[in-house]
Amino acid sequence: MQDVNSGYSPNIVAFCCNWCSYAGADLAGSSRLSYPANVKIIRVPCSCRVNPMFVLKAFQRGADGVILCGCHPGDCHYVTGNYYTRRRMALLFSFLDYLGIERERTRVEWVSAAEGARFSAVMNDFVKTVASLGENKRLTDLRCKEGSDNA
Amino acid sequence: MQRIGVFICWCGSNIAATVDVERVSEVIRSEPGVVFSANYQYMCSENGQQLVKNAIKEYNLTAVVIGSCSPRMHEATFRKAAEEAGLNPYMVEIANIREHCSWIHKDREEATEKALVLVRTAIAKVNLDAPLQAGESPVTKRALVIGGGIAGIQAALDIAEAGFEVDIVEKNPTIGGRMAQLDKTFPTLDCSACILTPKMVDCAQNEKIDILSYSEVEEVKGFVGNFSVKIRRKARYVDETKCTGCKVCMEKCPSKKGLNEFNMGLNNRTAIYIPFAQAIPNVAVIDPEQCIKLKTGKCGICQKFCGVGAIDYTMKDEFIERKYGAIVVATGFRPLKPDKFNEYGYADNKDVITSLELERLMNAAGPTDGVLLRPSDGTHPKVITFIQCVGSRDTSGCGKPYCSKICCMYTAKHAMLIREKYPDTEVHVFYIDVRTPGKNYDEFYRRAVEQYGVDYIKGMVGKVYNQNGKLMVQGSNLIDNEQVVIPSDLVVLATAIEPEPSVRKVATLLTASIDTNNFLTESHAKLRPVESPTAGVYLAGVCQGPKDIPETVSQASACAAKVIGLLVKDKLKTNPCIAHPDESMCNGCSQCANVCAYGAITYVDKEFRLGGGKTEVRRVASVNPAVCQGCGACTVTCPSGAMDLSGFSSGQIMSEVEAICKM
Ligand SMILES: Cc1cc2nc3c(=O)[nH]c(=O)nc-3n(C[C@H](O)[C@H](O)[C@H](O)COP(=O)(O)OP(=O)(O)OC[C@H]3O[C@@H](n4cnc5c(N)ncnc54)[C@H](O)[C@@H]3O)c2cc1C
Ligand code: SF4
Ligand code: SF4
Repeated sequence: MQDVNSGYSPNIVAFCCNWCSYAGADLAGSSRLSYPANVKIIRVPCSCRVNPMFVLKAFQRGADGVILCGCHPGDCHYVTGNYYTRRRMALLFSFLDYLGIERERTRVEWVSAAEGARFSAVMNDFVKTVASLGENKRLTDLRCKEGSDNA
Repeated sequence: MQRIGVFICWCGSNIAATVDVERVSEVIRSEPGVVFSANYQYMCSENGQQLVKNAIKEYNLTAVVIGSCSPRMHEATFRKAAEEAGLNPYMVEIANIREHCSWIHKDREEATEKALVLVRTAIAKVNLDAPLQAGESPVTKRALVIGGGIAGIQAALDIAEAGFEVDIVEKNPTIGGRMAQLDKTFPTLDCSACILTPKMVDCAQNEKIDILSYSEVEEVKGFVGNFSVKIRRKARYVDETKCTGCKVCMEKCPSKKGLNEFNMGLNNRTAIYIPFAQAIPNVAVIDPEQCIKLKTGKCGICQKFCGVGAIDYTMKDEFIERKYGAIVVATGFRPLKPDKFNEYGYADNKDVITSLELERLMNAAGPTDGVLLRPSDGTHPKVITFIQCVGSRDTSGCGKPYCSKICCMYTAKHAMLIREKYPDTEVHVFYIDVRTPGKNYDEFYRRAVEQYGVDYIKGMVGKVYNQNGKLMVQGSNLIDNEQVVIPSDLVVLATAIEPEPSVRKVATLLTASIDTNNFLTESHAKLRPVESPTAGVYLAGVCQGPKDIPETVSQASACAAKVIGLLVKDKLKTNPCIAHPDESMCNGCSQCANVCAYGAITYVDKEFRLGGGKTEVRRVASVNPAVCQGCGACTVTCPSGAMDLSGFSSGQIMSEVEAICKM
């Protein structure tokens, strides 16, 4: 997805747990349920593997949105992992909001292995939301942006 | 620096039609560390794998990246290929450029760009991969089957046949499940008991099988090959080893008001009872809710009359702990209670019954000795109306959204059996669709219509009401496009079936996943239909989805084959992608053990050298590699940054983030 006027196209990092959401993304794929190419998925065993540092790193490196997907509460492959995620990210996201990373740029969603349609819908919606906010400039390390040597 | 080989798969045209595979392969060639890059039509094919093996040897590759379908599909395939070429299998990473790219994007330019990013991300990860060694864990050569219906019985018999010990844990006083309640069974109309009870006896006589009836699973620890299960043996108040099943106690027991569950509450039973004549074990049980002795302390008649001294009113629940290598879940189903559906008047009219109640009314061992009589007044019903899909295919929220699959067939069966036995009876069936796929199934249904003259009416029923002792069934006939009212003597509801509710507890104990309808989910709907996503747990029968007896038995035997395949192994490879603390950074704070759902983390005292000849003893975390499941919860919790996860290390994920954001 790209803004026709500005040419701006958000870059989105999606952390997906191996058992539910990554499989849900696979199902979205095999069902040909499209969502914008802006979304790039990193596979983690459980959503609880996502350290707040990874999210901060993404924003520092110029990501415009970060989304974590895990199994539905009660269905975590590792029993309780997604509960940790829920609590950790609630805290982190409000902290990020305080720093000026809008709340809409961060999200936790539960997507099961059977919910390919939901995966695609969530991603479509998230990309649209982030695109409407424009580029994330707040936390971005300017050295990481295009044209710099550190890129 | 790794020496990386990158292989881009076309997947026929699945990837190549949308992603410019040649270009990806070309551009990636100049990435730092990449010493070989190729693309091929089918990487997973024999030739594709050979390409990887040859390149590993020829270019001395230390790491491999495959741009292909999902790692859930072929990660294992490529790891094995790498291993065969002498590379550590964990030095392989997959970039998912099919499910996550070519299949969901249309624009070739965009998809190619994204594929490049995904491959670069995999390169970033593989750069930090370290060779991992899968550990080994021993296999306990004994299986547990939870639920003793036909599914559990079949699975247990097959496993025992192969020479392994197996325990059946059944929550009811007898095994047999729902099939024991049925009269005759489609499509062949053989008597259910005649085909089931010999199997039940086989279970009892097989020395490899231990039937733990009237028992429930309370706690499950461990993992595939090494489960440790705590089982509650509910107090029966009758010594199973002494009781001979003579039934004297049942004759003498003065408390006769208990609802007979086996007969779907259509008649009563004594407080001490044997559920049915062919029960296995054929041992009495006391219902503490009904027993006068247990409630008031007075009575004790059964004890007086029991010739072998089997009655023991002081019996308490007991717990036993056993070890298993594999677990089969076969907890079955229950029919949905139709009282929520006011339109059918089930709660208000005794002569509106469910299909399972009808099975009991037609069964020779049932409350009416097999004579079909109305529950209200004991007369012969002359007009019987069946209503199909009660609570099935119901998206209103009141019922179940799925098709219960067996009702079309058993309703045709009921209609036919009634017409056969009582030819003067008029039989109507309201249906939405008749769904009878299966060998000889459609023929079976057509026989009901053509040979037995059953009146099938396509349409839904709006209301059942009582008018002068007749049950008026008001519905629509969609074919003739008219409203019809059928005055009936008996109305039979083909109610939806739903998973036995206790399956939720079982699923939680086993960390097996369950869908929104409480059916257990299989590991892969098509390719791994009898395995749960939790390793070592298998699914048989209706607990996995609605099915009839032939399907249940096939699935149970398939489960048994899987279990046998597991139990013949002496050792299992364990997943090496597990947590490990950096002992020099760990301060023994215990936070990691608090979040570990598996109790994999303990603490040990270790001696550290401080320099200058001094040493210090510190408490540090230690992860049990056989117990850790590799979720990573501890890694994020650790305030010292000491805990990391092999295969998904913090450094790796950070570098993946960087690779994605580098644009
Ligand atoms: C009215 C009716 C008529 C039918 N007619 C036919 C027919 O003619 N032909 C045909 O092929 N099929 C028929 N069926 C379908 C048939 O009954 C099922 O396919 C079959 O019973 C499924 O067997 P199962 O072992 O999966 O489940 P079940 O028979 O339900 O057995 C499950 C067992 O597990 C036990 N259990 C449950 N939870 C636990 C727990 N937590 N711990 C321990 N034990 C537990 C239960 O007590 C039970 O003994 C009919 C079904 C109905 C309702
Ligand atoms: S990775 Fe998960 S299972 Fe392993 S020790 Fe850490 S918390 Fe426990
Ligand atoms: S949380 Fe970290 S520091 Fe604390 S005991 Fe576990 S590994 Fe050691």
